[in-house]
Amino acid sequence: MRDALNIRGNHALLTRANPLAKFVSVFLISLVLALSIDWVSASTALVAELALFPLAGLTLRLLWQRAWPLIIAAAIGGWSTAIVAADSGAVLLDVGLWSISEGSLELGLGFMLRGLAIALPAILLMTCTDPTDLADALAQKAKLPHRFVLGSLAAMRLVGLMAEEWQTIGMARRARGVGSQGSPLQRLKATLGQSFGLLVQAVRRASRLAVTMEARGFGGGQRTWARESTYSMLDAWVVLGGVIIAAGAVLTALGAGTWSFVWR
Amino acid sequence: MSATQSGTVRPAAVSAEGWGWRHAGRAQPAIAGLDLRIEPGERVLLLGPSGAGKSTLLHALAGVLGDEEDDSDETGSLLIDGVAPREQRGRAGLMQQDPETQVVLSRVGDDVAFGAENLAVLRDEIWSRVHEALDDVGLRTAAGGGLALDHPTAALSGGQKQRLALAGILAMRPGLILLDEPTANLDPAGVLEVRDAVKRCLDKTGATLVVVEHRVSVWKDLVDRIVVLQPGSAAGASAASGAGQAGGGVLLDGPPEQVLSEARSMLMAAGVWVPGYVPATRTRQNRPETAPLLLAAQDLAVSREKPRRKGFKTIPPVPVQTGINAQVRAGQALTITGPNGAGKSTFALTLAGLLAPVAGKVSAAVELSEGVGIDPFKWKAEQLISRIGTVFQEPEHQFVTGKVLDELMFGPKHLGHGEERVDELLERLRLTHLVDANPYTLSGGEKRRLSVATVLAAHPKVLVLDEPTFGQDANTWAELASFLSELLDAGTAVVSVTHDQEFSAVLGGTELRLGPVTLGNIAHQEAGAA
Repeated sequence: MRDALNIRGNHALLTRANPLAKFVSVFLISLVLALSIDWVSASTALVAELALFPLAGLTLRLLWQRAWPLIIAAAIGGWSTAIVAADSGAVLLDVGLWSISEGSLELGLGFMLRGLAIALPAILLMTCTDPTDLADALAQKAKLPHRFVLGSLAAMRLVGLMAEEWQTIGMARRARGVGSQGSPLQRLKATLGQSFGLLVQAVRRASRLAVTMEARGFGGGQRTWARESTYSMLDAWVVLGGVIIAAGAVLTALGAGTWSFVWR
Repeated sequence: MSATQSGTVRPAAVSAEGWGWRHAGRAQPAIAGLDLRIEPGERVLLLGPSGAGKSTLLHALAGVLGDEEDDSDETGSLLIDGVAPREQRGRAGLMQQDPETQVVLSRVGDDVAFGAENLAVLRDEIWSRVHEALDDVGLRTAAGGGLALDHPTAALSGGQKQRLALAGILAMRPGLILLDEPTANLDPAGVLEVRDAVKRCLDKTGATLVVVEHRVSVWKDLVDRIVVLQPGSAAGASAASGAGQAGGGVLLDGPPEQVLSEARSMLMAAGVWVPGYVPATRTRQNRPETAPLLLAAQDLAVSREKPRRKGFKTIPPVPVQTGINAQVRAGQALTITGPNGAGKSTFALTLAGLLAPVAGKVSAAVELSEGVGIDPFKWKAEQLISRIGTVFQEPEHQFVTGKVLDELMFGPKHLGHGEERVDELLERLRLTHLVDANPYTLSGGEKRRLSVATVLAAHPKVLVLDEPTFGQDANTWAELASFLSELLDAGTAVVSVTHDQEFSAVLGGTELRLGPVTLGNIAHQEAGAA
């Protein structure tokens, strides 16, 4: 799982940008898209984001391979909105309880596009950003406490190990006669037991890792950084790009007259 | 600070005077009344029965023991160069047993730099130390893996991870290196890799060494002094009995040869692997030439990975080993050997019906399947355990209850028979006094015995064991080997994945050697896809 989104050996342009600049950009776009529920601003942002794929070393194929659950979730979200939302305009389809009208279809489409447009920047960010570089930037540039940042980074490595551990514990318990068959209640019990086993192992590993880190002098006040997190001109462009996409989405929606705040 | 910044190593002196430590929440101290002096540059092997407080001492020297806030308790004094360990971070470096938790960051170079960063070493100096440390532990030679700085740490073998940890310690330029069973989880090749790297680094830096290990022969020629700690007041009682025992002071102290000859029988009794000592074990009584076939693998390809979904497509995993043929017969032992990454454990788990084959098949004979189908992987869990029992490398993975007795009753209860065997197993594997203890609180040897007993309580015809002797002391080793030889004579088939040639010699039977599958590559794929 830990490598699911990060592409090893990715040398695209955006991998060289400072993670913090990318993060600011992503935040701006997501914030603006979260303000409105129309489809024009969402599709404007979506088109712009798709155009950025090559810069991040991402392709549609890779996106589908790695993020298909997200895409399907967005589609299902859109479809259910279309069915459930209050009808307005001409009714297009009516099956008893469910009906889809022009108005609800527009709402559903907007919902789906918005979900994608908000998710994509985050996926782009993860594709072209190494977690260690992100941690360096957060601690050195954003001045977040290094204990917190490096602790989280080390813990993330353990999460990957835990995925393997889950599989091993599952097999080990089958070898004890705890099956994943039987009634839903039995299966729930088996899963709970397996989760407890994983929890015990996670706590043990985490405390051993904490000892390792402390024994390497972690947790003191003063610390230097072997890798310097730096800004370059590229980062100015990255932030500017974020501003342009965010502003472009708002302006096109205002121009088309579709902009509507979520709280209205 | 001056020592760390200048980049040279100043060997450290250790002195303990009446030192003791009680862990928070425990009634008895883990170690008490320790008087010990270690001169700068000395190399000490620390021995003693489990519960003598060896790890506690190492943790204290590393400055990672307890906090002022909790209610742990320190008596006497323990000093490095006359100063408390906690007040001089980086003066001592500690390596622990589990390679997975010795790695902090995801790239090799960053991981080595981590300690030096924490000691506020300047950037240029850090990188020169990183290069030097990686060279010193031999991770950059072609034979050692030729690792680049951005090599993913997840793709390293156990021995490589421990050497990486050593490099991370060296980059801090500590005057005292502490090794807490550094090779207990490694195969023989990994053990030597780590030992040789430690020797090279000590010869170069002159740092003081304190190492805790059961396997004396590995370290005997490297150290110049062996210190044997007193067993605790209630030696042999388990931590689970609630009291816990206090390790005492120094029992013996001197040059390796002298200590080993003076204390040989005492050390052997304590389960220490004294050089040249193979514990006495029961010999096999009958070795049937022909025995009924129970289980067979045909042209088997194995992997831990499940088929992956990429969009709508399913892609079968890349097997770690292919073309395996094997036969398991009643009353016969099958030993699976081979280098790291050859897929030994994966094969054993597939044979045991716990993993689906990637290609080929595992088939159970009628004698074993008794009408539940030919493919063990398709059997229900309760059908599996009375036919094939699997003992995992890490006993804790298999604990399913909170009490030793419940653990043993678990299988029989689900099967509806066999509860009468439980008492016999408790007796035979010396677990009777622990029936009410929580399995997680047992010692390493007790956990191993329990995990074997629980699987056998379901009375399987085939027993599969994954590295059953890893990290075990000589006593547990001998008990286990003797017990399995009895089982074999009684007609159980025993399949074991092991590097331990003495162990397979006791069991007899045939060896299946799995070849290397372009080693580095496979290890990389396994870790990378996880």
